[in-house]
Amino acid sequence: MSNFDTSQRIFRFSSSEAIKHVILIFGALIVLLPFYVMLSYSLKAPAEIMQNTGGFFGTQEPFRDDYCIKLGNAVADCMVTPWIYNYQTAFEKAPLLRYLLNGILVTFSIFFIQVVIALPCAYALAKLRFWGRETVFALVLFCLLIPVHAIALPLYIMLAKLGLTNSYAALVIPWTISVFGIFLMRQFFMTIPDDLIDAARMDGMSEYSIIWNVMLPSAIPALMAFAIFSVVAHWNDYFWPRIVITGNRDLFTPPLGLREFKGDADGDNFGPMMATAVVIVTPLLVAFALAQKRFIDGITLSGMK
Amino acid sequence: MANIRLSNISKRFGNTDVLNGIDLDINDREFVTLVGPSGCGKSTLLRILAGLESADTGTVSIDDTDVTRIRPADRNLSMVFQSYALYPHLSVAQNMLTPLKLRDLSFPQRLPLIGPLLAKTEYKTLYQQIKNTAQILKIENLLDRKPGQLSGGQRQRAALGRAMVRDPLAFLMDEPLSNLDAALRVHMRSELTQLHQRLRATFVYVTHDQSEALTMSDKMAVMMKGKILQYGPPDEVYHNPQTIDVARFIGSPAINIIPGSTDETGCVSLFGKSLETHVSYPHSTLHIGLRPEHLSLSENNGNSFPGIIRHIENLGSDLFYHLETEGMSQRIVVRSSQSEGKRLPLGSLTYFKAQKNKLLIFGESGNRLTVKSQKLAEVA
Repeated sequence: MSNFDTSQRIFRFSSSEAIKHVILIFGALIVLLPFYVMLSYSLKAPAEIMQNTGGFFGTQEPFRDDYCIKLGNAVADCMVTPWIYNYQTAFEKAPLLRYLLNGILVTFSIFFIQVVIALPCAYALAKLRFWGRETVFALVLFCLLIPVHAIALPLYIMLAKLGLTNSYAALVIPWTISVFGIFLMRQFFMTIPDDLIDAARMDGMSEYSIIWNVMLPSAIPALMAFAIFSVVAHWNDYFWPRIVITGNRDLFTPPLGLREFKGDADGDNFGPMMATAVVIVTPLLVAFALAQKRFIDGITLSGMK
Repeated sequence: MANIRLSNISKRFGNTDVLNGIDLDINDREFVTLVGPSGCGKSTLLRILAGLESADTGTVSIDDTDVTRIRPADRNLSMVFQSYALYPHLSVAQNMLTPLKLRDLSFPQRLPLIGPLLAKTEYKTLYQQIKNTAQILKIENLLDRKPGQLSGGQRQRAALGRAMVRDPLAFLMDEPLSNLDAALRVHMRSELTQLHQRLRATFVYVTHDQSEALTMSDKMAVMMKGKILQYGPPDEVYHNPQTIDVARFIGSPAINIIPGSTDETGCVSLFGKSLETHVSYPHSTLHIGLRPEHLSLSENNGNSFPGIIRHIENLGSDLFYHLETEGMSQRIVVRSSQSEGKRLPLGSLTYFKAQKNKLLIFGESGNRLTVKSQKLAEVA
């Protein structure tokens, strides 16, 4: 009897809940639609994309690759299956693996250095008493308000004068100090009891040792949240790499790779372009799916949106 | 083992004086309790002794060596915190290993993975030390657990273990029992006392709970408003408080403070009745302290005082009657053992008498006055 009662309570229809869900589902559809188009185009032949036929998967009938024929091959050798063609071209025409590797190298260097800098700063701001601490923290908050684009030009000029444009350094250095990271970690460190730090001091740890051996392990959830913010932002960043990487294609990050398929002489090639986009987006989606719970924990603990 | 000497310690936080010229000598192997209401500066004093806080003036010396400017780890003291402060990401054994590692091993030997390979024998001796300590505290079966998987009492032991394992000169404890439930707290009191006897080490123990101070310590220092009011063995402090504040703070239920006065000969009277006790201050108003156990219910006779029963506190072995008396806003608490006849009903009029030789007489400023002469017969 009691089971029946609970199940009834759980499955009872509530019109207000239903309306909420309808609205949310509608919103989700709007957000997901571009992804649907991206995935669909990455599977279809060019003709199907242009004529908007073939449904989600396309018919997957082999079509003639004009570029292959231009190279002087027989027509029979140049018949390709659309989805294989799209993904193959993505990796062949643009060195996508190299771009992905660049992306990993850059985003992880940025994150690593950000942590190395943000943790001691956050520790000092949260746990040490020194003259002017509140002022420094106010400056940190102030820096949160500065948009990247506003200082892009001065940053570029400084890097150019140092001769650092077109290098990994140019991609990494401007992001190494993350005020957001400092702020987020400081808020988290505030919640760690002072006794723990005092115990570490009694045990003979130096202040740096406390940061890496006591604060860091306790701050893993906050650090995960910060990692996702940081990695997503710099993995997806198109603006800054576009500015500082001007010549050397070997330094392209994945978003820059998308440009390879844009504005060529033979027109836009949407199939391979969307295939590239899928390849770029996938690692982040996988990472997010794995870390979803931590991500949400991290955001709620910092009390931020 | 160590003598600890604190001299002329002062500390200000902003505009508030937290400590005001504190002098305290702690002898080797003594169990000394710093007790006082919250905000009296006792924890700050302990932190200054530990080196976690620096004093504005004064010196801290251990075994006649000035350690005022020496960092906490090098003072070779260990501390047990109220919140236990175990490293949450390490097991109990690793928690206990941390101070040993930092003291006994070099930097490369402390590195993870490589360290244990570099210094196999060293690690072996350290683990042996951990095992020995765990045996004393009976936490051998908990060594592999993380603090999150332990109960309050087990965490308490683990924290004690971390403090004991490196064999410090003295143990500093900052309200280590206040996060435990009542029964466990009482049990741990006796365990700590036994541990003190077994280790024969100096203990400095901070608490706001006067009963902990009374039960555990060799000597207790009662602190208020940044000063030590009285420093001595618990019996001495309890029976012979030097100021009214100490008398009020120590003892549960609290001491009864009754206004009194003296006549031209310095003879003390209470509720208008002469107590045949003299002090050398004629014509003054006094505070007279009488502990509940020195009062008892009695017949209505010339020397007893009337009161109306307003509340009865039943502690099982004892009954405490809260009596309303004329001219006093505060109720007077009288102890009566359960065996002493029938229980009196609420609201009834009764009489109580005092043991005259237990009178504690305080002047208007709150200082204890010495009794000049006393007729030793009990008021009856």
